[in-house]
Parts: sequence; C-alpha cells; structure tokens
Amino acid sequence: MTTVAVKTATTKPATMAQALNRAMRDAMAEDPAVHVMGEDVGALGGVFRITDGLAKEFGEDRCTDTPLAEAGILGAAVGMAMYGLRPVVEMQFDAFAYPAFEQLISHVAKMRNRTRGAMPLPITIRVPYGGGIGGVEHHCDSSEAYYVATPGLTVVTPATVEDAYGLLRASIASDDPVIFLEPKRLYWSKSDWSPEAPAAVPGIGKALVRRTGTSATLITYGPSLPVCMEAAEAARQEGWDLEVVDLRSLVPFDEETVVASVRRTGRAVVVHESGGFGGPGAEIAARVTERCFHHLEAPVLRVTGFDIPYPPPMLEKHHLPGVDRILDTVARLQWEN
Amino acid sequence: MTVQELPGAGASHRSTPPPAWRPRTDAAPLLPDPEPYRVLGTPAADRLDPELMRRCYAELVRGRRYNAQATALTRQGRLAVYPSTVGQEACEIAAAMVLEEQDWLFPSYRDTLAAVARGLDPVQALTLLRGDWHTGYDPREHRIAPLSTPLATQLPHAVGLAHAARLRGDDVVALAMVGDGGTSEGDFHEAMNFAAVWQAPVVFLVQNNGFAISVPLAKQTAAPTLAHKAVGYGMPGRLVDGNDIAAMHEVLSEAVRRARSGGGPTMIEAVTYRIEAHTNADDATRYRGDAEVEAWKAHDPIELLERELTARGLLDEAGIKAAKDAAETMAAELRDAMNAEPVLDPMDLFENVYAEQTGRLREQAAMLRAELDAAEQEEGDGS
Repeated sequence: MTTVAVKTATTKPATMAQALNRAMRDAMAEDPAVHVMGEDVGALGGVFRITDGLAKEFGEDRCTDTPLAEAGILGAAVGMAMYGLRPVVEMQFDAFAYPAFEQLISHVAKMRNRTRGAMPLPITIRVPYGGGIGGVEHHCDSSEAYYVATPGLTVVTPATVEDAYGLLRASIASDDPVIFLEPKRLYWSKSDWSPEAPAAVPGIGKALVRRTGTSATLITYGPSLPVCMEAAEAARQEGWDLEVVDLRSLVPFDEETVVASVRRTGRAVVVHESGGFGGPGAEIAARVTERCFHHLEAPVLRVTGFDIPYPPPMLEKHHLPGVDRILDTVARLQWEN
Repeated sequence: MTVQELPGAGASHRSTPPPAWRPRTDAAPLLPDPEPYRVLGTPAADRLDPELMRRCYAELVRGRRYNAQATALTRQGRLAVYPSTVGQEACEIAAAMVLEEQDWLFPSYRDTLAAVARGLDPVQALTLLRGDWHTGYDPREHRIAPLSTPLATQLPHAVGLAHAARLRGDDVVALAMVGDGGTSEGDFHEAMNFAAVWQAPVVFLVQNNGFAISVPLAKQTAAPTLAHKAVGYGMPGRLVDGNDIAAMHEVLSEAVRRARSGGGPTMIEAVTYRIEAHTNADDATRYRGDAEVEAWKAHDPIELLERELTARGLLDEAGIKAAKDAAETMAAELRDAMNAEPVLDPMDLFENVYAEQTGRLREQAAMLRAELDAAEQEEGDGS
C-alpha cells in the first residue's frame, strides 16, 4: 500500500477536528476537482465544524450547502464524480446516512465494476460515527458492519490526529469510493503531532501496532483505540503485557499485520463499539482463527457493544466497551504461569 | 395559469426574504397545459421540418424493428429479459435526437432504444439484458450513463453531472429518463429538488406508459398529472403526447434549449402506452383489457407520423420501403451478433471491484483459477 505524504502543516493541528479540516483544505487547494458538499457544511462549517471556513476560502461552489436529502447528496456526488470531480460528502451523523444506502450500495460501490473500470467514482463519504458523546437516538450508531459487507467500498477509520489528516488525504486521493468513519468522540482529542514530526503516515490498507506486547493482542480501531491503550496500561498491574493493533482500515483488511501480531502473542481480543453479531470482529476472529490456529493459546474473544439498538445517552456507558470489560475478557484468555 | 396566479401564491411564509433568495428570471409558466401537447394532426404540423420528420420516421421504423428483434431474442433465450418499448418509440427516439454530442443521456433499464438511437451499438446496449456484464459500453465514450435498474436512482446522477459540467463552464445538458412508477421514488423527489435549487441544466423525461408493471397510474399518484409535480419544485412541467414524435421533439428541444441557456431544469411527462407486457415474465392480461390496448394501438407513433407525412406529400412508398429495408438490415446484423456466443472470462469477476485488488479477492481469484484449471484438466483427461 502507498504511503501518503503528510504535508507539513504551518499551524499545528491541535485536535482531530482541526486535522480533518486541514486535510480537506489542503486537498482543495491542491486539486480544483475536490468539492465538499453536504447539509450545513457551508456557513456553519458543519455541525461539528469540521468544514469550518472552507466555503469562505474556496467559495460556495467548492463547499456547498445542499438540500437536506442524503440520497440526493450522494446521488448528485455520483454524477459529479462521473464528470471528473472528486466529491467529499458529509453525512452529518451515522444514522443520517441510511437514506443514502441505495445510492451507496447500488451505484457508488458498483460503478467501477459494472463499467469494467471505465468509470471509477472517487467519492469520499465522511460519516461521523459511534457513541460516547451523550447524543440522543440516531446520533451514535456504529454502522461499519453495513459498509464492510459491501464489495467496492473502502472503509477507513482514524483513531489519531495524524491519521485523521493522513487517511483523509489518502481517501480523497483514492480513485475508489471511501467510507471515512470519523470517531466523533475523538474529534476533540488533542494531538502530540508536531509539524516537524515524521512527514508521512501509512496509507489505506495498513494496520499499525500502537503498542507492543507479549501476552495478548488487542485488535481494534477508531473510537476504541484509546480505550484499548488505557486497558493495556492497566493490564500491566495484572502482569499482562498487551499488544495493541489499530486496524485504521477495515477494507482492505491488513491481515498480515494482525496475523503476525497474534502469532507472536498467541492470544487475541477484538474490540469495537458496534454490535458483536455479524460485526467486523466476527470476521476478524474467524480470519485470525483460520490463520493462527496452531499459534493460539486460547479462543479469539470479542469485546463489542451489545446487540441492541444504540441505548439512550444515560445508559450508553453500560453498552460501550470500557477498560474493565476489556480486562475481564483478557482474563478469560486463561493464563497459567 | 402561472404559479404566481395560483391562489395564495403571493403570500410568503417568510417574514423577510433570506439574502440568498433570487426570483426566477425565467418567465416560463410552471403549470402544464391541461391536455397533452400535440402537433401531428393539428394546424401546428404546418411548420414541420420535412427533413427532420423523415429522419424521425426512419428512426421510428428502425426502433420498432429493434423492439421486435429484441423480443424475439428473448423468446429464443438469447436475452435473459427485454423490457419492450413498443408504442413508446417516439419518446425514446426524440430523447436521443434532441441531444448534442457533448450532452449526456441517463437511461433506465427500459431505455435501451434511446441509447441505440443515440448511436450505441445495439449489442452493447443489450449486454446487460443478455447477461454477460452489467454495462456493455464505456459511458464516457458515448456519454450514456449505465442503464439503471433501481428506479429513479439515476436522476440525481444526471443532476450532479450537469451541475459539475456547469461549474466547469462546459456546455453540457443531461437528459434523464424515468417511468411513471419511478416518480413515486424518493430519488425522483430529491433529484427534482436538487436540480431546481441548483438550476442545473437537466431535462427530466417521464414516460407515463400507464403501468408500473401491473399498477396503474391512478394507484401510483393522486396528482392531476405527473407534470404537475414540477410546480412544487419550481420548474416548468410539460404534458405532451408521447406518441407524437413531432410534439416530443419540439417540447424536448425547448427544454434542452432552456437548460443550455441557463434557464434551469424542466420536467416533461410524455403520455404514452406500453403495448407489450412489462417483460416476458409478465402477464399483462391480468391487469388490463384488450379494448384499452387496441385503443392505444390505434394511436401508434409510427402510423401517426406516416399519416401526416404521406398526406402532406413528404413521404412516399419508396421512402417507407427504404426505412423498412434499413430496419431489416439492422435487425439481421443484431441477430447475427447476438447468435454468436459471448466469450466470457470468469476471472473477470475479480477485476474492477477496486482499483487495486484486495488480499481477500486475490485469494478468492486463486481459488477459482484452481477450480477452472482442474475442470480443464478433467476435460482433457476425458477426451
């Protein structure tokens, strides 16, 4: 997979929200074909302010407030991409994207294939997803299982500020449609990314070992990465040295990095917010079992959100995978020293 | 009546007009005429362009023959399915004829004839229906979007493409086709609304052929006509006799002209009839009577034009024969081409899913390759 050059920012992006904004701004400045569109992305700068200032800087033709209609937004983006533009579409909230699913599945995901490569669609679909922000119903879904089940879609999700920038640049540069899942509770996470730091992050399709360890591998992505990092720190008190793999990209799935890690540690736990049944963790656990069976000391376990509709804000803390649940699950990997 | 004359149209629900408000500068009335617009058989036919009408005639005859040939190919098992446009040829032909080379056509699955009339090789147009691939042509080369099977979903694409072209300063109009059933879909609404808000150079052509498979228009909409729907979006709605190719050509041309000159979108309802069943899988006798079909057969698009042109001395027996001969040649070529078995490579299944094949697809491709090799080996051993 290609490595994406990360342009040295003149001002240090302090939060993931700013890094995303910066990524769009740099992409728009470099390529006049890049167009940002969606509900409220103009004057308001998006409900999360991720598109803040883009309309002012590039004009309303490049950063367009559309009518409130997700199928129309994505459908129009298809036509724009057919004509050679590179639309970056904002879906505002995870569950608001559902009206656009027909466009997504019947057209966006398939256009390259049905035209035998003659008409690729370079559309980036930004979907703020996941919970933990106290949002009411329909504002906190983890909808990644729907996307990863659809051939033709690339599905990425950053967990760090530098990845927010690097992966969004890579997504906009991709000639394939990309579902760019933004963990909305990490929008305001601070960065230790220095503009003078390494000038590149790995591109789409590469998982990263965020913490090395020997006892077991936590396989995770997006909003669950900081939780897993915290769990790994806490696990030291139990005498466990946990490795943490950040997938970054769900499709394509970097099986090699995951498999290499699990073969080293012999134990694996997959962690994500979305429901377990038919969730990405089910696929990952199956793949790890297929590839690592003889290296495994224990079954591959999963820590996921419950298989329930997303709960009301006052109960969401019981639903979301937290440090304790991760540690309890790690304990079930049954060490005998 | 214009929209400004509608009762209550002057009363605004806004306390003050928002800054972005721009009054429509286009004076075209929004409401459709109460009756479908007709030219053939009316005094308006006096202004017909003889050369254009003779071309229309030849295209209609060819289109009818194409329909007959494609239907025959379905019976022979050469096509998986063919949604016929017998009776609707004037809509299909006119849609293709009014577009310039740089314009784009967005057809539905029923509109292969429009694609053929635009110049697409009939075999390429029928690839989807034969079943060897989903799209048989390069959309950019012909400026014809892939035939859309989901209803109305191609309409927002037309809007987006036209919008993009206008942003780039290109002189491009998009013409999107949809059936009466498709007007009930959400994508129809969203496309019409986007087109009007963006003043995109788009023409929506609704072929009201009476039925969405078996469901009649009366169960599809409570609107007086489908053309009335345009009013709510702020674009002109036109009601036209879809079997009158002169009227179709005129109304579509006017809409394309308006779009090209920055006047925004138009929605046209062509009132026509699907003489044949929805597809070969449909039994039309379950939902409509012979009398209705016969009445529409008496209003045949080819006969309407033929009658007009012969009465005016613009078409003679030789002209009719020449059109039929050209149509037969097309049919014979189509037959020959469709009788040749397409050569398919199963390994194509894994191509063009992504720009770069994923590891998962490479594994699955290797599995199929091994299966194919084993089958070939077996065949070799058996002979």
